[in-house]
Amino acid sequence: MKHDETLRIGVYVCHCGTNIAGVLDVEALAHFAEGLPHVALARHYKYMCSDPGQELVKRDILEYNLNRIVVAACSPNLHEPTFRRAAEDAGLNRFLVQMANIREQVAWVTDDSTEAFTKAQAHLAAAIRRVAGHEALERQFVQIQPRAMVVGGGIAGIEAALTLAEAGKDVILVEREPTIGGHMAMFDKTFPTLDCAACILTPKMTAVKLHPFIKLLTYSTVESVEGSVGNYRVKVRRKPRYIDESLCVGCMMCIDGCVFTQAKFPNPFDQGLGKRKPVWIPFPQAVPPVPVVDPEVCLQIARGKCKQGCVTACGERNAFRFDQEEQIEEYTVGTIIVATGFKAFDPSVIPYYGYGRYPNVYTSLEVERLLNAGGPTAGKLTLRDGSTPKRVGIVHCVGSRDANFHPYCSRVCCMYSLKLAHLVKEKTGAEVFNCYIDVRAPGKSFEEFFNRVQDEGTQFIRGKVADITPANGDGAEGGGLIMNVDDTLLGTIRKIPVDMVILAVALEPQADASDVRRAFGISCSAEGFFLEKHPKLAPVNTANDGVFLAGACQGAKDIPDTVAQADAAAAKALALMDAGQIELEPNTAWVDEEMCSGCQTCISLCPFKAIRHDAERKIAVIDPALCKGCGTCVAACPSGAAKQHIFGDEQISEELEGLMNYV
Amino acid sequence: MSETKKGKLALYWAASCGGCEIAVLAINEKILDVAALFDIVFWPVAVDAKVRDVEKMPDASIDVCLFNGGIRTSEQEYMAQLLRRKSKVLVAFGSCAHEGCIPGLANGNNRRQIFDTAYRETPSTENPENIEPQPKSQVAEGTLHLPVFYNTVRTLNQTVPVDYYLPGCPPEADRIWDAITAIVEAKLPPPGSVIGADTTVCQECPRKRNEKKIKKFYRTWEIIPDEETCLLEQGILCCGIATRAGCGARCPGVNSPCIGCYGANEGAQDFGARLMTALASVIDSDDPQEIDRIIREGIPDPVGSFYRFSLAASQLRRRRLPV
Repeated sequence: MKHDETLRIGVYVCHCGTNIAGVLDVEALAHFAEGLPHVALARHYKYMCSDPGQELVKRDILEYNLNRIVVAACSPNLHEPTFRRAAEDAGLNRFLVQMANIREQVAWVTDDSTEAFTKAQAHLAAAIRRVAGHEALERQFVQIQPRAMVVGGGIAGIEAALTLAEAGKDVILVEREPTIGGHMAMFDKTFPTLDCAACILTPKMTAVKLHPFIKLLTYSTVESVEGSVGNYRVKVRRKPRYIDESLCVGCMMCIDGCVFTQAKFPNPFDQGLGKRKPVWIPFPQAVPPVPVVDPEVCLQIARGKCKQGCVTACGERNAFRFDQEEQIEEYTVGTIIVATGFKAFDPSVIPYYGYGRYPNVYTSLEVERLLNAGGPTAGKLTLRDGSTPKRVGIVHCVGSRDANFHPYCSRVCCMYSLKLAHLVKEKTGAEVFNCYIDVRAPGKSFEEFFNRVQDEGTQFIRGKVADITPANGDGAEGGGLIMNVDDTLLGTIRKIPVDMVILAVALEPQADASDVRRAFGISCSAEGFFLEKHPKLAPVNTANDGVFLAGACQGAKDIPDTVAQADAAAAKALALMDAGQIELEPNTAWVDEEMCSGCQTCISLCPFKAIRHDAERKIAVIDPALCKGCGTCVAACPSGAAKQHIFGDEQISEELEGLMNYV
Repeated sequence: MSETKKGKLALYWAASCGGCEIAVLAINEKILDVAALFDIVFWPVAVDAKVRDVEKMPDASIDVCLFNGGIRTSEQEYMAQLLRRKSKVLVAFGSCAHEGCIPGLANGNNRRQIFDTAYRETPSTENPENIEPQPKSQVAEGTLHLPVFYNTVRTLNQTVPVDYYLPGCPPEADRIWDAITAIVEAKLPPPGSVIGADTTVCQECPRKRNEKKIKKFYRTWEIIPDEETCLLEQGILCCGIATRAGCGARCPGVNSPCIGCYGANEGAQDFGARLMTALASVIDSDDPQEIDRIIREGIPDPVGSFYRFSLAASQLRRRRLPV
């Protein structure tokens, strides 16, 4: 240990009421600390975090010339800032403070006072030895650009963008599809109130389009993200629409004018149930109301030869640009909200449900489109042959709560299955069978809605559907289907004949979620949804400062939760932008330029892209504004040139020595 | 050191190969300058002075002792203690004294295994009576003594306090001369320092470097390396990234990987651990099985590869075995 006569360490043992003092002899612990090298004084006090507790530290620093402080109390997550501030108030550098966690890591995990005391001694000795090697550091701040980017134009992105724009911030909203609206725009009604999705969504979509502070980039994807909180430089790839957005007025005459008289290509917005032409728009209320040309099937683009009925129809507006090319645009923003949504589970991987094999097995999203007045059947629910179903089975938990697919509950399927049961019954009068494992209806007015659907006569069968088989053996068109289900309430296997099956498919991460995750420097949980910084304390923050999460990209959730989360993310982004600056973490890594030989081992390891190779000086350079202090480069650096503030080799090994002496 | 009075210099050789002795002579004609500046009071390989002469010298009467070799036997331990006492400045000279070097690799075995191999098991050994070295043997003329062979090789500073370290296997002539000059001109760094660079071999290596991503490690006989690209990037386990500079990147200069004889860079605590974390970080795979295969196939002898020179000085020091 460093023997420096000028070291004067003050040690404070907190009782935390009886939380710590109930298990540990705090007085003896303070006495123990007093006997350790360089400890000038040691005290114990009922609540160190209280005003009188902090005052004690401040007074002692001034009166006894303390130059290091150790507080043995709770987790540093809770009160490290408190004591750092107290030290700073008394004129001591805030980074000369170390906490020993004797509450969560000692008092709370055992009733054995003797063992607890030994462990507390080890923690205290470790903290005292460590703090001796601490250095005074300067606090560093970066400026935040008052402009935000929202990635994803579903209801989450729309809501976040509007909230930010209404607060006067410039917003760039990036959407991959030709229109904003996301999944919500596909739905007919929303549970549990049965408001029409379009009626509540389209006004918001139009508001986005009209808002002077929102720049809407549809048919665009994020190419790369560089920089850090306050100054992210985002490259956006803009796919060619082959129509000049600024000239198009949205009259849709070109679609009528297209040389294809019949729409013959599947419309992805309608889940392929509806057809579109090479020049098309996902749905009539799309925002922006600008068609897009599919270069794969447009005769002019694919074959270079067409009568160009569309151009003729466009007339003097002259908005067509067949030579349009992909463009990369760069934007600098202070904060980013990631709202990239979810993907519906593809049930064709479950052979026993026959999706893709039996024509009348549908996904819930397909049925949403069939029920939607703006959908391919103008809201008429029909089977593939055009007839109206008389008996409809709804299979819950398809891909969810299933160890073979996704172990998690997708949270919305029960409720949308109830909604679909209601709508199917309302529109066709069919008999509806919902096969469920549990009905999860915990939201506001959800249970009431469940009761209502039960009262309407939908049959509820508690059991997981084993398989779906054709009634006539070969599953041919027109033939009915049998749902085989173990009715666990009746205690018998039931074979329920139906003519339509709706699979309530799970919500899962977008296919490219891991690319998106990497681009934005955020992490994901085991199932692939983006990970919030803390589920309770920072639910919309990410590990990357200035990047926030909204909506189903963070985990399956319904529309009310999504909207609430989007507003929370917007509020967090606003708080950051209005503060104008943010303090950087002190424990950043740095490179000793003398020692670094430029071997470039570290460059690709940095998860925050904070390290670059300076080819001229042949050394690695770490940008402190980008560094999050993860220590990866420090551990990997073979020459020991990469070092980290607060986590120096000496500080860590002293801490270990302190621990090991008492274990 | 005043012009009028010559300094006193001692050199000694413990558990080492003798290469360091030759290295002293590799300073060529400058050895004459050394002789002009110093009286060589003890140097068993070249000067006829006996241990009993050293024992008679007053304590701290030798100005500088260049001590090479690690400590493997009781005799070496005694000589280390003696020369420490008699010398003002004790220099751990070369990799063996500094970090244990190749003799220290024996710390992967215990004394029993070493004796079994050396005195019984090698094909060229003929020892039907199972004779092996004994600290004491009775013969007609009386008792004979041999030094005790310790179970573990220790570095010089694990035995006695050391003032300076001169790394390398052996130290380069130019670095030896730098050290002698520093001693003569009294321009030594603070005691406890390694006399050398504080960067790594890569700094001296002219090869082109890029970001490192390794799919396969090659053993040296498996590949003829490109002469311009970083050897490590070609999958050859080159230790230059972790090794203290000072040699002028001699081995990479002749298309052969650095094997790490200058030891860890200034402040780095454990050479092998440093190198392992670095290499583990640049293996280009996310599949645990593939990573396992890349390491097992390419690095069949991890201790010998990562701790070739520094096992005795490492955090672990030796393999735990019954004595």
